[in-house]
Amino acid sequence: MPKDSGIGASSKRREDIRFLTGAGNYTDDINIHGQAYVHFLRADVAHATINSVDTSAASQMPGVLHIFTGSDFEPIGGLPCGWQVTDKHGEPMQEPKHPVLAHGKIRHVGEPIAAVVAETYAQARDAAEEIELSLTDLPAVMDMKKAVAEGATKVHDDLTSNLCYDWGFVEENKAATDAAFEKAAHVTTLELVNNRLVANPMEPRVAVGDYSAADDMHTLYTTSQNPHVIRLLMGAFVLGIPEHRLRVVAPDVGGGFGTKIFHYAEEAFCTFAAKQLRRPVKWTSSRSEAFLSDAHGRDHVTKIELALDAENNFTALRTETFANMGAYLSTFAPSVPTWLHGTLMAGNYKTPLIYVNVKAVFTNTIPVDAYRGAGRPEATFQLERVVDKAARELGVDPIALRRQNFVTEFPYATPVAVEYDTGDYEATMAKLEEIADIGGFAARRAESEKNGKMRGLGVNCYIEACGIAPSNLVGQLGARAGLYDAATVRVNATGSISVMVGAHSHGQGHETSFPQVISEMIGIPEDQIDIVHGDTSKIPFGMGTYGSRSLAVCGSAMVRAAEKVINKAKKIAAHLLEASDADIELKDGQFTVAGTDKSVAWGDVTLAAYVPHNYPLEDIEPGLEETAFYDPANFTYPAGAYACEVEVDPDTGKVTIERFSAADDFGNVINPMIVSGQVHGGIAQGIGQALLENCAYDENGQLISASYMDYAMPRADDLPFYEVDHSCQTPCTHNPLGVKGCGEAGAIGSPPSVVNAVIDALQSAGKDVTHIDMPLTPARVWDAMQG
Amino acid sequence: MYAFEIERPGTLADAVNALKGEDAQALGGGQTLIPTLKARLAMPATLVSLSGIGEMKGVCIGDDGAVCIGGATTHAAVVREAAAHYPALADLASHIGDPAVRNRGTIGGSLANNDPSACYPSAVLGSGATIITNARDIVADEFFDGMFATALDEGEVITEVRFPVPEKANYQKFVQPASRFALVGVFVAKYSDGVRVAVTGASEDGVFRWSEAEEALSRDFSADAIGGLEVSADGMIADLHGSSAYRAHLVKVMTGRAVVAAA
Repeated sequence: MPKDSGIGASSKRREDIRFLTGAGNYTDDINIHGQAYVHFLRADVAHATINSVDTSAASQMPGVLHIFTGSDFEPIGGLPCGWQVTDKHGEPMQEPKHPVLAHGKIRHVGEPIAAVVAETYAQARDAAEEIELSLTDLPAVMDMKKAVAEGATKVHDDLTSNLCYDWGFVEENKAATDAAFEKAAHVTTLELVNNRLVANPMEPRVAVGDYSAADDMHTLYTTSQNPHVIRLLMGAFVLGIPEHRLRVVAPDVGGGFGTKIFHYAEEAFCTFAAKQLRRPVKWTSSRSEAFLSDAHGRDHVTKIELALDAENNFTALRTETFANMGAYLSTFAPSVPTWLHGTLMAGNYKTPLIYVNVKAVFTNTIPVDAYRGAGRPEATFQLERVVDKAARELGVDPIALRRQNFVTEFPYATPVAVEYDTGDYEATMAKLEEIADIGGFAARRAESEKNGKMRGLGVNCYIEACGIAPSNLVGQLGARAGLYDAATVRVNATGSISVMVGAHSHGQGHETSFPQVISEMIGIPEDQIDIVHGDTSKIPFGMGTYGSRSLAVCGSAMVRAAEKVINKAKKIAAHLLEASDADIELKDGQFTVAGTDKSVAWGDVTLAAYVPHNYPLEDIEPGLEETAFYDPANFTYPAGAYACEVEVDPDTGKVTIERFSAADDFGNVINPMIVSGQVHGGIAQGIGQALLENCAYDENGQLISASYMDYAMPRADDLPFYEVDHSCQTPCTHNPLGVKGCGEAGAIGSPPSVVNAVIDALQSAGKDVTHIDMPLTPARVWDAMQG
Repeated sequence: MYAFEIERPGTLADAVNALKGEDAQALGGGQTLIPTLKARLAMPATLVSLSGIGEMKGVCIGDDGAVCIGGATTHAAVVREAAAHYPALADLASHIGDPAVRNRGTIGGSLANNDPSACYPSAVLGSGATIITNARDIVADEFFDGMFATALDEGEVITEVRFPVPEKANYQKFVQPASRFALVGVFVAKYSDGVRVAVTGASEDGVFRWSEAEEALSRDFSADAIGGLEVSADGMIADLHGSSAYRAHLVKVMTGRAVVAAA
C-alpha cells in the first residue's frame, strides 16, 4: 500500500494552490509606495571602447530622477566571482573586474551602460533613447580557439590573454594516461560541441531595492535561488553593506534552473540607487532583456578520446575542452567546467586512467555559468557519446559494452578525485531494459520502416555529484564560500511547527516534501508543519538551492534540528510522565514510557514547553526551537540509465521522440510524485538541448537567437509520455535521510540518449553519420544525411 | 511602446476616414503589430482598430460559389465557419500560431502584413483568390509584392477575400522549430482548369507559385508527376533554421505530400 503521508507518500504539492490560482507572491508583485523604475541602456554591439556617455539631454526628459553611468560605480567593487580555479601550473585563474555598469569598454551585447531611473518605466525608457553614446567599435572575440591564439584581440586589456585558465586534471595522471593510449588496442575519438543554452525560466528576473534612512536598512527583493549568498556577495564585495543592515528577500520565484543563483548587476544597482535617491527602485526584465542579461549555460567545444584494450575494457580517457566564460566571470562560472565537470569524467565506469584538460576562455558574449546540471551534463554527454561511438566502431552492443565496464564495487574511488559511496548501475540498467522494452525494439523498428521512417534506439548511463558539498574540500578546490546549509525547527505552543530553511524552493516542492520528513519523525499531520524560506531576516544562514542539494544538505540540517527538538521534547515528556527520558518513545505524535500505557501527546508536551508551570526549569530551558547547520561528508552520487527511441523522417530530417525511459537511483525518495515531476522537467530540458535549443551568435557578436521567434523551447507536443522509474534505491551512506538529489538528473541523463538514438537510426539505414552536433534540428540531420 | 491614439470605428467608412490621419495605421488582430510596437520598432500616431467593424467579419458563400471571408475574420472563425465549404483552408487556419493567435489574428491582417513565412498567403495565391479592398478588387497574382510588401496603397483596407473552391486541395506546413511559422509551406489546389501550387516560407521574395509543378500536376495530379522536378536553391532563404538548399528540397517534399493528402 502506498503511504498517504510522511516519507514515501506522494503528497500533493500544497504550493500549487497559490501558483495555479494566481495567488503567488513574485518579486514583480512587490510594489513599494513611492517606487521609481529603472531602465538599463544596454550595449547593442559586442565590443567597443566607450569614448563618452552623454546624458545631458536625457536627464532633462520628463520624469527622470537620475541617470547613472559606469563612472558612478568606479569607486565601488565589481561583481565578485565565487570560485577561484588554479591552473595546471599552480597559478590562479585570470580574473577581470566585472563592473556594475560598463566603464571604458563594452564587452558583450546586452551589457548595461547606463541606468535611467524615472517616475515611470515608460519615462525611463524614453529618456534612455536620448542618451548619446560615442563608441569606437572593436573586433568581436567569438571563436574560442582563435581567442587563445597568439595576437588575438583581447576582451580585457589588463589581462595577459583571453585564457582564464588552463586546467589539467589530474595533472599527475597525464603521462600515464598518454602511455595507456600508446598501448591501446582501439582508440575512439570524438569532437563535439555542447551547445550554448538560455535558461529561460518562466519568470524573468526582477529586483526591487529599498532603503530606510531611519534605521539605515537596505532591502533587496530579488528573483534568487539563494538570498543569503546574494546578501553575502553584494553586501561584502560590491556595496560594502554589513549583513545586519541588509535584508535580501527572494519570495516566490518562477523557476531558476541555475541562472538565478548568481549575483547580477541589476540587484546591486537597485540596492545602491535606492539609497542614493531615497526612493525604492524597481527593475523588471523583459523577455528580450533576459536573453541578453541572464547568464547562459554550457558552450563547450570538446575533443574526447577513449582507449580500450583487446577485450573492450576501457583503459584510459583523455579530453580537451574549451569552455566559454563569456565576457566576465559570473558568480560560479569557473567551477562549472572544472570541479563540476572533470570530477565526473569517470561516469559509471572503472576506467583506471583519466586526464581532463579545460581551457576557459573569455569572449565577447554574455557570461556563461551553471545551468541545470552544470558541468555534469557536459561530462555525461561527451562520455556517453564516445562510449556509444566506440561500441559502433567495434561492432558490439552499446549496452553490453557499458555493462562490461561498470563500477560494481562501492565505495569506489575514481581516478578523478571523488569517491562514489554507493550505487548499483547494473540494477538501473536492468530496470531500464524492462521499462523501455528494449526487447521489443526490433519489432517497433520494422513497423517504422514499413511507414517509411528510420527508427533508432539510444541508451546512456549517467552519474552526477550532488549535494554540494563538504566545505573543507570545496575550499581546497577554490570555493570562496562554505557549502553547508541550515534549518531552524520552531515548535509552536500548540504543537504546530515552522521550519526556517536555507534552501529556496522555486519549483522543487520543498513546502510539501520537507514537512513530510518532519511528519514522519514526529507523527503529526503534514499540514501542522510549514516551511519558511527566502528571507534573510527570517531564515538561518544557508547557501540556497542548486546542484540538487536541497534535501541532501538542507534536509539533513532539518533532520538534525528536529532530532534536537525531539530529544528535548522527550525530556519534557519524561518529566510529565515521571519517567526517565531514556525510556520515552515518540510514535504517532505520542510520547510513551516504553513497555507501559503511560503516554502524553505531542501537543501537551509543546504546550508545557511554552507554559512551563509543571516543568523541569532547573534542568532545561523553556521553549522548543532548535537550529542545526549541516556540512556534508561527501557529495551524493545519483545515477541511472536512460533510453530514447526516435523516428527520423528520411525526407526532411525531422526527429520525433517515440519513447523515452528513465531508470534513476536517487537513494531514498521522500515524495515519488515530486521526484517524477523533477525527472520529467529535466528530461524536457535535456530533449530541448538535444533537438531544439540553440543560443547562436553571429561573427560580430550579435545574438541571433534572441527571442522565441528563433530560440526554440520544447513544447508539450515535442515530447513523448515518459516512463520513469526510481525504484532502484541504494541509499546515500553519509546523510541521515539516505537521499541523493533528483533535480538535475533528467537534464544530465537525456541528451546523449537522444543523439545516440538518431545516430543509430541513421547508421541502421546505411547512412555514414557518426556524429551530429546538438541541437539535432531537421536541417542539421538532413544536412548530415546528404553526406 | 510609444504613446499613440486609438480609434475604434464601427463601420468601414469610418475606418477608411480615420486612416487618412497623419501616421495612422490599421490594427487588425495585432498579432504582429502589437509585438512590433512593444519592441518600439514602429511609432504610429494613431491606430485604427478594424476589429469592431461587423461588416468585415464572417464567412459566407458568394453567388459563384466562392468562399468569402471578411477581412477582420479571425483565424479561429475561419476554422469554424469555413470547414464545411473549404476544408483545406480551414485546416490551414487551424495550424496558425496558437489558440491566442487564432482568436485574435485576422486574415486581412495577415495578408496586409505579408510575412514571408505566414500561412495565409500560400492559400490565397494557391487558390487564385481575389482580395477585395475598400477601393478595388486585386487578384492574388498581383497582390503579393515580396517580403512584407503588397499592392495595397496607404490607408487601403482589405475588406474581404474571395476563394474559388477547388476540387481538391491541401496545405503542408513544415514548421520552423522556434516560431512555428512555415519554414516551408506548400498549398496545392486542383481546379477543373488546372492545378495551382503556392509556396510560403522558402523564398526571399515571399510567397510564390511553383509553375513547373503546376504544369506537371495539371497533367497528372500525383506525387510521381513532380518526381523529376528540381527546385533551385537560388533566392531561397538561408538562416539559423535551414540552408537555401534545405528549403528548396522541402518545397518538393511538401508539394508531394500535399498532393498525396489532397488526392
